Amino acid sequence: MTAKLSPTQMAWRAAQDIADGAYVNLGIGFPEMVAKFQPPGREAIFHTENGILGFGEAPSAGSEDWDLINAGKKAVTLKPGTAFFHHADSFAMVRGGHLDVAILGAYEVAETGDLANWSTGPRGVPAVGGAMDLVHGAKTVAVITDHVTKDGKPKLVKRCSLPLTGVGCVTRIYSSLAVIDIVDGHFVLREKLAALSLEELQALTGAPLHLEGAVADLEVPAL
Amino acid sequence: MDKTLPTLAAAVEGIADGMTVMIGGFGGSGAPIELIHALIDRFLATGHPRNLTVVNNNAGNGHVGLAALIETGMVAKLICSFPRSADPVVFSEKYLAGEIELELVPQGTLAERIRAGGAGIPAFYTPTSFGTDLAKGKPVEVFDGRSYVQERWLKADFALVKAHLGDRLGNLTYRMAARNFNPLMCMAAARTIVQVSRIVEPGAIDPEAVITPGIFVQGVVEVSQPQQEEDLNRAKAVYPESAA
Repeated sequence: MTAKLSPTQMAWRAAQDIADGAYVNLGIGFPEMVAKFQPPGREAIFHTENGILGFGEAPSAGSEDWDLINAGKKAVTLKPGTAFFHHADSFAMVRGGHLDVAILGAYEVAETGDLANWSTGPRGVPAVGGAMDLVHGAKTVAVITDHVTKDGKPKLVKRCSLPLTGVGCVTRIYSSLAVIDIVDGHFVLREKLAALSLEELQALTGAPLHLEGAVADLEVPAL
Repeated sequence: MDKTLPTLAAAVEGIADGMTVMIGGFGGSGAPIELIHALIDRFLATGHPRNLTVVNNNAGNGHVGLAALIETGMVAKLICSFPRSADPVVFSEKYLAGEIELELVPQGTLAERIRAGGAGIPAFYTPTSFGTDLAKGKPVEVFDGRSYVQERWLKADFALVKAHLGDRLGNLTYRMAARNFNPLMCMAAARTIVQVSRIVEPGAIDPEAVITPGIFVQGVVEVSQPQQEEDLNRAKAVYPESAA
């Protein structure tokens, strides 16, 4: 198995693309780490579904205020300029096209931009949260995901086999091996790990990788 | 006009079998723990209300608040977006045993359905859930080349809400992110009962700072030191204590 990026490194890579002044929603789990890697000199404003814009980092243990949490139910802090609002306004920000970037996790992403990230099938208790709303409205809908499953099967596929979160919604993928855009129903390879040949990457990807100009090396710090 | 109520027991008096009850909060923040526990107390004393339909974003955590309400068997159906939590065992066991019905609604759609219920809008179109299992059976319409799913309003017989300050007219403020679904639920219920940390004189809340105007509120009861679900769960609390 080729070396791959850790979730922290994928989050770092995703953070490099967030512009100064961007309004950003980070999904529960790995995507939350993106906030830690904002490049110096850029100010992004983070949105959480439960009604906060511009919240700060986690407080130290013991100083939590449980009226001040994020969508993952974790305690956060206030920053100068924080705003509170109710849930309907929060999702007006989401659906109304006001967010610049939403970053989510994925079980499967199809070359069509279809995303499956909320249900692994009929067993267990289903839960969707805000994922189906978040995939509509943000100008960039990105996912952070391992390139393959634990069993080595592609997570980037022609068509999703799991229940969909949204149709044709994903615009960019930060995988553990590559950075891939979705353009007109195709995977377009932008960056890949230098140690990995194009053929090796294609063999781990469930749909054709298209090239538009040069493919850059995917380079991240050790972290 | 005086909407203040003397006790928590009086506040939950009118909730009857088979009613739909909206309960505010997102996880523990903004959850009206004391009102929920008062409703449980009434059920334990009288056997009512039962067969409730409850609307909340979640399905409770641990064995207090909404989880405790579900655990007593008072809830026949839950309408929510995310029935998972750090300790979701109460809901999960009842759901997997077929003892409670679940209507799963995307979070933004849930908020907007409640808002629509309060605003007199019987249905609306949203891009959310188009092409997914959660849109099955719902009308779809194309606007400007994009597909949208029709969703219906959501209304309730009662809303149980947590706010920060309230006056006898029902004007409310909230504390930080404990606002979440609470102002929407105030609008969507025939009777909205609010627990506030402090009842203040009319005028003590700056009119510019009122988040829920009193017209949306029918009852206000003071709970001066409200409990936080997260603190109770960290202390491994169980409600009622006799169930521990």
